[in-house]
Amino acid sequence: MPHSLAIETHELGRIYKLRGSKKETRKELVALQDVNLTVERGELFGLLGPNGAGKTTLIKVLTTLLSPTSGWARVAGADVHADPESVRPRINMVSGGESSGYGLLTVRENLWMFSQFYGAPSKEANERIEALLEMVGMKDRMHTKSSDLSTGLRQKMNIVRGFLTDPEVLFLDEPTLGLDVGASRDVRKFIIEWLKADKERTLLLTTHYMVEADELCDRVAIINKGRVLACDTPSALKQRLQKDVTFEIETSPLNGLTMQMMEEQPEVKKAALTEIEGGARWKLSLVEESALARVFNLFAQKDVKVMNLNKRQPTLEDVFVELVGRSMAEEESNERSE
Amino acid sequence: MAAWLGWLIESNWTDPFLFAVYSIVKPLSGAAILVIMYGIISGGNFNTPLFPYIYLGNAFYIYVGAVMTGVSWAVVDDREHYKTLKYMYIAPIYIPVYLLGRGVARFITGSIAVFITIMAGVLFLKVPLHFADINWGLFLVTLILGVVMLALLGLLLAGITLTVARHEGFIGEATAGALYIFSGAVFPLDVLPAWIRPVGYFMPTTYWLELLRRSLVGNVAQAFPTLANFSNLQILGILLGLSVFFGTVSIWVFRYCDRLARERGLIDHTTNY
Repeated sequence: MPHSLAIETHELGRIYKLRGSKKETRKELVALQDVNLTVERGELFGLLGPNGAGKTTLIKVLTTLLSPTSGWARVAGADVHADPESVRPRINMVSGGESSGYGLLTVRENLWMFSQFYGAPSKEANERIEALLEMVGMKDRMHTKSSDLSTGLRQKMNIVRGFLTDPEVLFLDEPTLGLDVGASRDVRKFIIEWLKADKERTLLLTTHYMVEADELCDRVAIINKGRVLACDTPSALKQRLQKDVTFEIETSPLNGLTMQMMEEQPEVKKAALTEIEGGARWKLSLVEESALARVFNLFAQKDVKVMNLNKRQPTLEDVFVELVGRSMAEEESNERSE
Repeated sequence: MAAWLGWLIESNWTDPFLFAVYSIVKPLSGAAILVIMYGIISGGNFNTPLFPYIYLGNAFYIYVGAVMTGVSWAVVDDREHYKTLKYMYIAPIYIPVYLLGRGVARFITGSIAVFITIMAGVLFLKVPLHFADINWGLFLVTLILGVVMLALLGLLLAGITLTVARHEGFIGEATAGALYIFSGAVFPLDVLPAWIRPVGYFMPTTYWLELLRRSLVGNVAQAFPTLANFSNLQILGILLGLSVFFGTVSIWVFRYCDRLARERGLIDHTTNY
């Protein structure tokens, strides 16, 4: 009977020892710290975080490529460190943004070879290769040498390689990285179809595209600096912020209305003001929606006209900002400068 | 599967005609350098036992470079060049078997090179090889045992290569170079200083080359004192013992290095060389 949890980690940690020049002392980089996660069978689970957050390290540990330095992890019921041989037949992995594969072999040969490593009968493998290539729109490139493929097509070939062995647990590390908009959409559609076809299939996906995580994942773990900061469904994560009501309002010129005046209103929790051509843009967090009337009164007192009004729904980016205190882009540039 | 892949990689990098030319020219060039050097040093005397000793030793040494470094080079090739090693690793295959399979292709191309070199020696340089006098049984047993031994040594080097986070092709080349000196490939071990000879006595390649020479040109090979007191069977026993020893060590070292590489995160480490 299959284990009910597809993935389980307990206090999982990974520290890299970095060696610089001979004169430098050894530095330690904490890539994962006390990661506790459970992923149910049939789930599409997302790891969301900026570059360098620890997403790829976690995938490497879970796919038996890297040993943890503390804690433990199980995939399909088997310990990834102590019993990698039991894990490997049940998993597969695709890393985005790289052009791996044997350039001398055709697309079909590359895929067929990997299917043989998983013990698939040759005829069955060939049929499956053809079907999968058809699904990603690459059937006409089946006999093309993979060195002659564009980066995007090579990535699609690798995505097919991951799905080809029909793993119990599939790990996709930034699968749409470097793909154009159309190809990314194809891949996302393919992922959803693949999961729908069998309720026992589990997929762990890492991404730093908020929209991708929001659109695809049943649950998302937000990870930064090796720590899981939050883990829930995308809607539950966003609901955490929905205690406040946020409006974006574009107005005519301010006529002496100031930020201070706005912030003095008791129902305004947070206010941000940006001057734009021909007026101003306000971003207001209110304690409740009815407080908007008081804000409109204030505009009227100063003869400020409302040009545009949007009620803003929180995004996963907002959740990330709330948890980390910075946007994902700021966090990435901060990591680079450190 | 791995052998098929290896063969395609080895043979498919250019068109068949160029590959055929390369396969012939490369070993002949290597042999020609040695023959010219020998000719100058000996004053053109090719009728001594030393010439076939050197020529055959050099010809069969092609296997050392091909098989041993071929197995370890597969690690560098898959990790750095094709970026597929991590996908091989997470597949339900036994990685040493995959790496040994990749070495099979090098064995095939190496065999072509050895055959061409020996035939050129027989046809143009009067290497005293008479097909009727060849001890075929001894030759085949020795050849097979030696190739297995070289492949297992290649596994040892592959393990070490796994733990080195750089584009390290030199590990295989350095080892093959060292064995060239200490295995009596192109000169008898007696030429070396006495204190360094035990290194050669401990190398299975020494006994392998000796047996290959004896099986092909027995009386000539026995003209050298190094192993003259040992019978063919005794040398075969030593070769078998050393092969088992080095094979066991190789498997143990590979397992140890494999664990170390996983701990250090080197399985998919690339240097973008």
